[in-house]
Amino acid sequence: MAQKISLNVNDKHYELACLPGETLAELLRNRLNLTGTKIGCGEAECGSCTVVIDGQAVMSCVYPAERADGKRVTTIEGLIGPDGALHPLQDAFIKHGAVQCGFCIPGQIMTAYALLEHNPDPSQAEIRSALKDTLCRCAGYPSIENAIREAASSLRTGEPIKGASVPDSESVSQVIGRTTIRPDAKSKVTGSAIYTDDLKFEKMLYAAVRRAEVPHAILREVDFDAALSVPGVVAVLTAKDVPGDKNHGLVIFDWPTMIGIGERIRYVGDALAIIAAETQEAALEAATRIEVRFDELPVVNDPVQARQPDAPILHENGNLLKHIKVRKGDMEQGFREAEVILEHTFHTPQMDHAFLEPECSIAVPLADGRMEIYVGSQIPYSDRSQVATALGWPEERVHVVGQLMGGGFGGKEDIAGQIHAALLANATGKPVKLLYNRRESLIAHPKRHATQIRVKIGAKRDGRMMAVETELYGDTGAYASLGEKVMTRATTHSAGPYEVEHVRADCYAMYTNNPPAGAFRGFGVLQSAFAVESMMDMLAVELSLDPVDLRRMNALHVGSITNTGQKLWESVGLLDCINRVDAEMRKYCSTPFSARRVNGEGGRVRAWGFAAAYKNTGLGGGAPDKSGAEVQLYPDGSLEVRTSAAELGQGLVTVLRMIVAEEFNLPPERVRVLVMDTDLTPDGGPTTASRQTYVTGNAARLAAQSLRQAVTSFLTEKHDVAPERIRFIEGLVQVDGQLDNLGEVASEMQAAGILPRALYEYSAPRTMPLGEGGDMHFAFSFAAQAAEVEVNTDTGEVRVLRVISANDVGRAINPLGLRGQVEGGIMMGLGNTITEHFIVENGRVITDRLARYRIPSIMHMPEITPIIVEHPTRDGPYGAKGVGEVVCIPTPAAISNAIFNAVGIRIDSLPIDQEQIARELSSRLPQTGERI
Amino acid sequence: MNLWQQYLRPRSLTEALQVLHSAPSPVRVIAGGTDLMLDLKQGRLPPVHTLVDLTGISEMNVIEIRGKELFIGAATPLSQIATSPLVEEHARALTEACGLIAGPQVRNVATLGGNVAHALPAADGTIALTALGTQALIVDLNGRRRLPLAELFLGPGETALKVGQELLEGFYLPLCSTGQASAFNRVMRVQGIALPILNLAIWLERKNGNISQIHISAGPSGPTPRRFPKTEEALCRQPFTSEFCERALVIMLDEVHFRASPHRASSEYRQHLAAVLLQDTLKTVWQRAR
Repeated sequence: MAQKISLNVNDKHYELACLPGETLAELLRNRLNLTGTKIGCGEAECGSCTVVIDGQAVMSCVYPAERADGKRVTTIEGLIGPDGALHPLQDAFIKHGAVQCGFCIPGQIMTAYALLEHNPDPSQAEIRSALKDTLCRCAGYPSIENAIREAASSLRTGEPIKGASVPDSESVSQVIGRTTIRPDAKSKVTGSAIYTDDLKFEKMLYAAVRRAEVPHAILREVDFDAALSVPGVVAVLTAKDVPGDKNHGLVIFDWPTMIGIGERIRYVGDALAIIAAETQEAALEAATRIEVRFDELPVVNDPVQARQPDAPILHENGNLLKHIKVRKGDMEQGFREAEVILEHTFHTPQMDHAFLEPECSIAVPLADGRMEIYVGSQIPYSDRSQVATALGWPEERVHVVGQLMGGGFGGKEDIAGQIHAALLANATGKPVKLLYNRRESLIAHPKRHATQIRVKIGAKRDGRMMAVETELYGDTGAYASLGEKVMTRATTHSAGPYEVEHVRADCYAMYTNNPPAGAFRGFGVLQSAFAVESMMDMLAVELSLDPVDLRRMNALHVGSITNTGQKLWESVGLLDCINRVDAEMRKYCSTPFSARRVNGEGGRVRAWGFAAAYKNTGLGGGAPDKSGAEVQLYPDGSLEVRTSAAELGQGLVTVLRMIVAEEFNLPPERVRVLVMDTDLTPDGGPTTASRQTYVTGNAARLAAQSLRQAVTSFLTEKHDVAPERIRFIEGLVQVDGQLDNLGEVASEMQAAGILPRALYEYSAPRTMPLGEGGDMHFAFSFAAQAAEVEVNTDTGEVRVLRVISANDVGRAINPLGLRGQVEGGIMMGLGNTITEHFIVENGRVITDRLARYRIPSIMHMPEITPIIVEHPTRDGPYGAKGVGEVVCIPTPAAISNAIFNAVGIRIDSLPIDQEQIARELSSRLPQTGERI
Repeated sequence: MNLWQQYLRPRSLTEALQVLHSAPSPVRVIAGGTDLMLDLKQGRLPPVHTLVDLTGISEMNVIEIRGKELFIGAATPLSQIATSPLVEEHARALTEACGLIAGPQVRNVATLGGNVAHALPAADGTIALTALGTQALIVDLNGRRRLPLAELFLGPGETALKVGQELLEGFYLPLCSTGQASAFNRVMRVQGIALPILNLAIWLERKNGNISQIHISAGPSGPTPRRFPKTEEALCRQPFTSEFCERALVIMLDEVHFRASPHRASSEYRQHLAAVLLQDTLKTVWQRAR
């Protein structure tokens, strides 16, 4: 019997020794260095690890390596031709914009490759059924499907790949507003893109964390003698080994790096000890051998309970993180003048980002006493500061080297393993990698806030909204993270994108013993929009008004004053969004909000639902919102733009490259982008609040302009001409009609002692804190969505068939990237509504595997019609404002309103429960079992 | 701790049975391994010394007619069963069930034997096989025996296979004659664990405008997969009508207690779905059996 594995991988023959317990994914990644095969979950759920074995797509994370003996394996690295030519699938994925964070892409392409091997002309249904279990959290499913179709056709006909046809911006310039391919797309489709876990360092150790696994307790004892005796274990550290500050955090430093003896455990993910070992297995084994003793305490389960006087107190200052208030007008008057008053309470659960790349940090101690941290992080400078603080070092001793991120969505803003890896690297003097497994990721990192939201709305009979009162409870879990900011956004947006004279909102952001909650795409507004937009439809029913008309009548417009007292003086495209979605929807159906039975299938009913939304761009609320960018010109005529702003798949690098190219009037390919490095790139601030296109986009634009001016003044002096005579054309510079090579100018400037480089630190327009009136935000994006659903009245199952989405983005910088954000945002909103249910019971996470926390697959994909609305904002780069979040905010209410219109059941709690629908429907029916 | 120390890939049944005896324990057989690997990785099963991989044994990797029966080797991947014309002709319910289990990548590896050997009360493949009147073929070093599928299951996760001695070699299914047909259907919950709320399979024979024979199975409906003889009896010698279907439903709900599963379904919802699935599936099979 085989003691060796003899296999063919990508047409190369290998004879390898058998390693006990090895999976094929591990063999490929660790021994053959074929790191294009990704491990997203390790439980055969996500498909990122898909490879092709003897013509069949297989998940390599659960495939014993020894079984591959004698077999032929193809990985993503094997698709590229001997001449370096891309496989049509790879080419098509690039040109259709199907690549965003890129982590799932090797799995997508390999699954599609196996499909096309057997079926050269697959139908839409066949593509979807083949890709059913290959998940993409950026959710570029429509683009993925289109890419596969075109690749199939190209393989059959030999026609070259043309790519997606996405309309340009309404007002294009040289580069801005035209479809541009991501700079990292090629590396992501060939498997050569490197993410943190793909890195290896000499003598690197592997870390594991012993977590509390109890939600509330006082820690009494940690005994790690047995752990130390596991062969290969190098170090075990506990709270007393943290040399610097014991706590970390983004705004409030309330999160202990490890829980010390006698201290309070506040959630199941709290770290009690950390281990470094020569192998991953040894580190994990040691973690299980650590004996801990604690006194368990009663659990605070939800924010309402947390506010009760008898609730256990979790933090020194009590369980209230923040009471957030919005006050406008006179509520008594508002409700007195109202002719109809409705009141209802809504609930939303925690949700997980489920980015497909689990958290990974590598800390590398350097000979000069500094420490490098390799990590995919949304806020590299904050990581630097928090790691340094924990080590008791000045910030400059830490160097964060940001890596490609396999998705973030807000979930990679907080510290995950960065500090733990650094502490272990510091203690052992060796590089240390800390990779979370999926369970750890699901348990430990901050989630979307669970909320309870009561909305009371008063209106005139004609639909005019008079008063909105909301009361929100936000579950920020064990630690603050960005809880105060998130719930502030939820609160200020809780009356919807409407002009209402009398508004009052109170929010209680509460600590509980649940996993912490923090930033998640939508930032609290997804929750409050679900409540208020459901309420709007309830109001429309009560008043017998068309729900679109009701929204139109009350919509924010230029000149409106928001509920925080901000006058909107420009860039309010809400009515346009509403009108365009409405018009598109009525093309399908003239009575969209009436239930329609599906012909021939008795148990299926369809209807449309509508919702609108708005979302701030930028931090706002008085927080200084700054970003730095640096642009440099090189003797080869290329440019580089540098900023620590984060690329998590959303496409910022493309936007920055386009902006610099635009300013120099040259092709985008001539611009390199370097991001997320605290030594080499200026601070771009956090990548959150849909702010980077606006804030860092402006920094890059102004840095490029300032460099252009420097080049101009150099040439002005050199040639003794007026600056107006100097023009930048197609990568060249024209002086008085004479063309000069930009690279040569760079060399000349350097020779003259002038570094052709410019740094710009951009500050966004000043904002005011909540409660002080004035501009709380410098820009808002607006959106409207219509969703068509089909409800199976026999089983209660719900399918979303179509979504029409209009988003006022100010200006579409890169229409292709924008489409990816829109499609992905809708799918994420759909997931939050239909498939995702993060369940915590008594502080314990039930949904601790991807098999239990289900994110949408290609099977859930509706037909998506994106509509781009462009109401430019004055200070945004070329008029642009944020888009990353607003795209997902209307989706839950649009879907649940559609369900109401289909079957008359009001969903007031997410996710949609098919059992509830079936129950309510059958309780209405006569007992004969007759079906509607 | 490594999940296994030694991985053996016997090429014949005899060799497999021998190594089961001789290999250092603990020993486990692995077929597709898509469940077993997760059980090992997630700590539901302790690490083992030896894994004996059955997927390279050609006798267990076959779909063929043997006499008046259809034989399906236990190590046949689900994707092959789901696309086999022979299976579709004689055991449509199995085709449908195998096409719904997990996703395509898993189906390329996971086996029908594995689906059955896990002895889960509601495995799709098992429920379909139960309605199809399947016999399990069991082999040890002394020879072979056949067991009606229902008798293979002793409880959740427990089978009548003698661990370390016997292997599940495959399944014998009766061939489909004129007037006979089968179908499988299920309802999943969108959120949460990847198990059906309820699945249901029916095989029936239609003669002279009546149901002359019928087998119904559904899961989860108890600790082991089972048929519902009283419900079957109630439907026999009748033509398919909504009225009879309702009568059968009353009997079925009396015969089976559909329990609640946390985060999956209440007992009431299961009963409700049982009605929907029974009526829909029965209608489908009745039409197919024409």
